[in-house]
Amino acid sequence: MADKKATREAYGAALATLGEKYDFVVLDADLAAATKTGVFKKKFPERFFDCGIAEGNMVSVAAGIATTGQKVFATSFAMFAAGRAYEQIRNSIGYPHLNVNIVGTHASITVGEDGATHQCSEDLALMRTIPGMTVISPADATEAYAAVEAALLHDGPCYLRFGRFAVPDLTAEMSDYKFELGKGVTYREGSDVTIVANGYMVHLALEAADILKAEGISAGVINIHTIKPLDTELLTKAAKETGAIVTAEEHSVIGGLGAAVCEALSETCPVPVMRVGVQDTFGRSGKVPELLEMYGLTAANIAENARRAIALKK
Amino acid sequence: MDKKKQLELSRIANDIRIDVIEGVYNAGCGHPGGSLSMADVMAYLYFEELRIDPKNPKWEDRDRFVLSKGHTAPVLYAALAERGFFPKEDLKTLRKTTSYLQGHPDMKGTPGVDMTTGSLGLGFSAACGMALSGKINNKDYRVYTVLGDGESEEGQVWEAAMFAAHYKLDNLVAVLDWNGLQIDGPIAEVMNPTPHDEKFRAFGWHVISICAHDLEAIEAAFAEAKTVKGKPTVIIAKSVKGKGVSYMENACEWHGQAPKEDLYKVAIEDLEKIAESLK
Repeated sequence: MADKKATREAYGAALATLGEKYDFVVLDADLAAATKTGVFKKKFPERFFDCGIAEGNMVSVAAGIATTGQKVFATSFAMFAAGRAYEQIRNSIGYPHLNVNIVGTHASITVGEDGATHQCSEDLALMRTIPGMTVISPADATEAYAAVEAALLHDGPCYLRFGRFAVPDLTAEMSDYKFELGKGVTYREGSDVTIVANGYMVHLALEAADILKAEGISAGVINIHTIKPLDTELLTKAAKETGAIVTAEEHSVIGGLGAAVCEALSETCPVPVMRVGVQDTFGRSGKVPELLEMYGLTAANIAENARRAIALKK
Repeated sequence: MDKKKQLELSRIANDIRIDVIEGVYNAGCGHPGGSLSMADVMAYLYFEELRIDPKNPKWEDRDRFVLSKGHTAPVLYAALAERGFFPKEDLKTLRKTTSYLQGHPDMKGTPGVDMTTGSLGLGFSAACGMALSGKINNKDYRVYTVLGDGESEEGQVWEAAMFAAHYKLDNLVAVLDWNGLQIDGPIAEVMNPTPHDEKFRAFGWHVISICAHDLEAIEAAFAEAKTVKGKPTVIIAKSVKGKGVSYMENACEWHGQAPKEDLYKVAIEDLEKIAESLK
């Protein structure tokens, strides 16, 4: 069984380690303990700046810093980074295409007890609409770490999404793993259906593939950690080879991975696509395992939707 | 300030005002009122204050200027053109589809524009970021920004004001264009943001109040700002919106519209009369 670790933990660790190698500054909006930028703050206090509870200002300050050639991370919960500061991200960072990494932690349902106001299931959709924005939702701690470094080296704005809840670090067990922006990772080849997942749902996609395998259904599993730019080539190949797709995301099915996959495949290889995710609704308070069950973010539901997608094949 | 310099800067400010009218008239739209109100400040900034090089607009150690009230782009473009960042004749392409002079400042497309602005409040924060980066990287450049009085109704302005004072950004100077008018009417009637001096002082800023059309006062204010340590400076510049064009002065309706041909001619006549008096 793989080690379990939240991707936000990997974010803090990555900042602290990469801070030795690269010159960058980190901003937070009074959530350093939760977002784990506090780990960086402890090690590099002179390169950490708390902006207080003022996310809009933080994002535009980050833009100003970036205009001087200084690399910068601006961090808050996904709700307040991508949500509250959307317009600042669009106009101060996106439009002038500045080198700012915007980081949203505590995304969506796995926030748990804090409930709907803090469970942002719309951040990837919002960020995806901004021209030139790279949007990344890593699956586990090892991938999250790699994503932080890739974003740092990338020329242009990036949005990185991390979770609060611990997730099995499957990437750590892959010997030939290489993180490349915009390139999906094939975990498993299949012939009947392909499960396309990202973030917290990747390990559940693999569990779903096991459930289907026991029934004699061959399911491929792809991790699309970069939702924009989307790996259309890999998705088209999967659609051609298996003829049916299930998407699985801890995000609204409107505007997120499921939507992005449908948009792409409708132009390259239209096949049935079933979308597992938050179904146009708000979250609520509760224990994470209970909420995941309630919102259908489970291996069983992915498997069920795989059967439906297969049934829809002509 | 000696008389010669004062006269020269007054001429430049008047040329900037003519450029503003030409640009907005040719575009058929735009924001003349709040451009004309800041012409003297912009003339002083671009010809006396800012450490800049028109031949090297991306010079790393240059002073930065952020027009936080980005809708008054015509006055920024006029100042940049007069200072030689790009040809003056290009000002007539303002807001045209093929022009690099966008309706609101675009740092990627226009030489000399240090920050993309237009959405109110955002530029002020970006100026804070530039000033902070200067501190982090031990650079001695200074950062200047111009805010609108109406703009100060945006909450983000006060988030930025708090930030700049907290991080002791004494390399930052904000000029607040106190012309008293916004699109919907007098600021006091729409949503009164005054008193700015007391508010900024309470936020931890050094406050200087001047007349926005008095070049000697402008010079003294920027000089005083350089002596202030440990806190940012705001210059509250009481101005006449539409300054220099008879029918635009203190007239709210000229916040965001261009004159048609007859009124364009009146505007140019008004400004040429001023030019004559400065000979």
